[in-house]
Amino acid sequence: MKKVFKMEDLDCAHCASKMEEGIKKIEGVTYASVSFMAQRLTVEADADQFDRIIPEIVKVVKKVDSDCKVIIK
Amino acid sequence: MKLKKSQKRVLVRIIVAAVLLLLCHVLIGGHSHFGENHGHVHLPDWAAALCYLVPYLIIGYDILWKAVRGIFSGQVFDENFLMAVATIGVLSIGLFPDKEPEYLEAVMVMLLYQTGELFQSIAVGKSRNAIASLMEICPDTANVEREGKIEVVAPDEIAVGDIIVIKPGEKVPLDGTVIEGQSSLNTVALTGESNPRDVAPGDGVISGCINMNGVLRVRVEKEFGESTVSKILELVETSGDKKSKSEAYISRFARWYTPIVVCSAVALAVLPPLILGLVNGWENAQWSEWILKAINFLIISCPCALVISVPMSFFGGIGGASRKGILIKGSNYLEALAKAECVVFDKTGTLTKGNFKVTAIHPEKIDEQALLDLAATAESYSDHPISRSLKQAYAKEVDNSRVGEVREIAGHGIKAMIDGKQVCVGNRKFMRSIGAQWHECDAVGTVVHVAVDGEYEGHIIVSDEIKPDAKAGIEKLRRLGIKKTVMLTGDASATGKAIGDSLGVDEVHSELLPEGKVKRLEQLIAQKSPKKNVVYVGDGINDAPVLARGDVGIAMGALGSDAAIEAADVVLMDDKPSKVATAIQISRRTLGIVKQNIVFAIGVKVVVLILSMLPFIGTLPPIVAIFADVGVMILAVLNAMRALYVPKK
Repeated sequence: MKKVFKMEDLDCAHCASKMEEGIKKIEGVTYASVSFMAQRLTVEADADQFDRIIPEIVKVVKKVDSDCKVIIK
Repeated sequence: MKLKKSQKRVLVRIIVAAVLLLLCHVLIGGHSHFGENHGHVHLPDWAAALCYLVPYLIIGYDILWKAVRGIFSGQVFDENFLMAVATIGVLSIGLFPDKEPEYLEAVMVMLLYQTGELFQSIAVGKSRNAIASLMEICPDTANVEREGKIEVVAPDEIAVGDIIVIKPGEKVPLDGTVIEGQSSLNTVALTGESNPRDVAPGDGVISGCINMNGVLRVRVEKEFGESTVSKILELVETSGDKKSKSEAYISRFARWYTPIVVCSAVALAVLPPLILGLVNGWENAQWSEWILKAINFLIISCPCALVISVPMSFFGGIGGASRKGILIKGSNYLEALAKAECVVFDKTGTLTKGNFKVTAIHPEKIDEQALLDLAATAESYSDHPISRSLKQAYAKEVDNSRVGEVREIAGHGIKAMIDGKQVCVGNRKFMRSIGAQWHECDAVGTVVHVAVDGEYEGHIIVSDEIKPDAKAGIEKLRRLGIKKTVMLTGDASATGKAIGDSLGVDEVHSELLPEGKVKRLEQLIAQKSPKKNVVYVGDGINDAPVLARGDVGIAMGALGSDAAIEAADVVLMDDKPSKVATAIQISRRTLGIVKQNIVFAIGVKVVVLILSMLPFIGTLPPIVAIFADVGVMILAVLNAMRALYVPKK
């Protein structure tokens, strides 16, 4: 399943690619892409895995740039 | 100009730090590359250092903090780290016995860096907003009729089959069919086309258009998530997913680049003085000189200009194209489009309108209207596109009472009793089989022969209309240096050739089934030059496999067609074949801007690096280095913003 999250205050392109790398390494994530310009994160993983994966994504994002927020709907 | 809260905070910090720095410099003074300033207040060295530390921390605390955090979380080599090391390095130069402290310089470096960052953040925000304005095609509410009353609800609460009311000035919230009312729709946000589209009962409306004058009652045909507006938004929002080779290259580059730079800088700071020291004796080692050179190296080599401006240019190009009604699904396709060498068009629905029209009536003895009357009446029960075109040309209601028995003879035509006479309408095979004295016609299109009681009465030519801008579109492609234009069609070769000639395409391949089109396209792909691309343009409805096979697949007239949006890499929102050339122009311009930025940024940095290393120039002040870095970044970002604005021509 593919999910798209909005991101806030993603201010550096460099960080975006680092986040992308980090999220791709999370177990169960089959695809991840962070678009710096569109401020969007696209993640693909099994539907029942998302509950575990989302907090890990938030952690990765915080680690790269503490100002940046992932908006979880 | 509206600034975000965080941007305002940085602006205030920049101003406060700049003022304090100026005060420090005037009052306390100190050594810098700008010369000696003795100041008015004489403080011991440590006190002066403390004074300068105030503006330094005001402007740089977050950078230092992020650098420290970075070290602990394993993200060592980033821009924050580079800046922290560089400024602390400049500050600590004063610790060397042969050097005066350069506090002013250190604070200035941080100040300029932050100013550059702020500027870049504003520029990025601005181009994001330009894209966001496209997102405003999305309506917030819809008026739905429930139990005779109109309720205002969110568009995603409406189900298929509901009746919605769209008032003048409102956006169409969901795709549907008009059941009552007439109006003009403004589709400019979707197609870039400023001519309004008129709708009446029975016509389909597409979400995202603006209703200009009349009230429309519309039966909803698609849920919000499936409607055109949602599809387009999704497409634009996720277009960043598909990264171009240049973008991937830059991010790979940055990953290796920073550690290499930091290591080289350390080597630069340590090795030459060691060697000098060993050769010339330790008192001539010039430690501080080389550390300063290493710091310059660090500052100049910051990759920000590239890392920011390359994705920004691509995003701008995609945004600019979408304003023209050209949706590009990812920057990789933008890149591929710029390398187009051969453009292959499907005929029906792409270069032609796909609706058949009577273009000529050639009777033998009776007049034109009588011949048309016979043909239209005989075909009155058929729903074939050709029958429809005959009825449309006839323009009157067919009087069914005149028609007796009707028989459709597959592969031949229709035999009908009209006013007691046997009327045969069909192709030449049909004429031959009934023994009528028919003759050929050299007009382009499908020939419909008519015979009454075995007597030949004449023929009617039905042909597909060529789109008005098709010829100009192909001409424009040639002007852009596209080597070959090809037309593929399932039609008979005479028709295909005639249309191909009138449009001026280089090659025509006719009588192709869908599999044949794929094969032809594969042959063309095999013939292309290395690193060049073959673009396929189709209507996306029945040629999805061909679209998928092209290096770049462009679907046109995709307004409302899900299949096309799925299958294609580039979607043209209006029906215009000339937009293919526009898309190629935009992609080339964007790629040009990307190249300019890469060459410019790397070029300036290399030049400054070489300058700073040259022995006879001596060590450049770090302030020059930061100008070379921030200045390049600002220019690259400004250049990248140009990609957003598509030139009129």
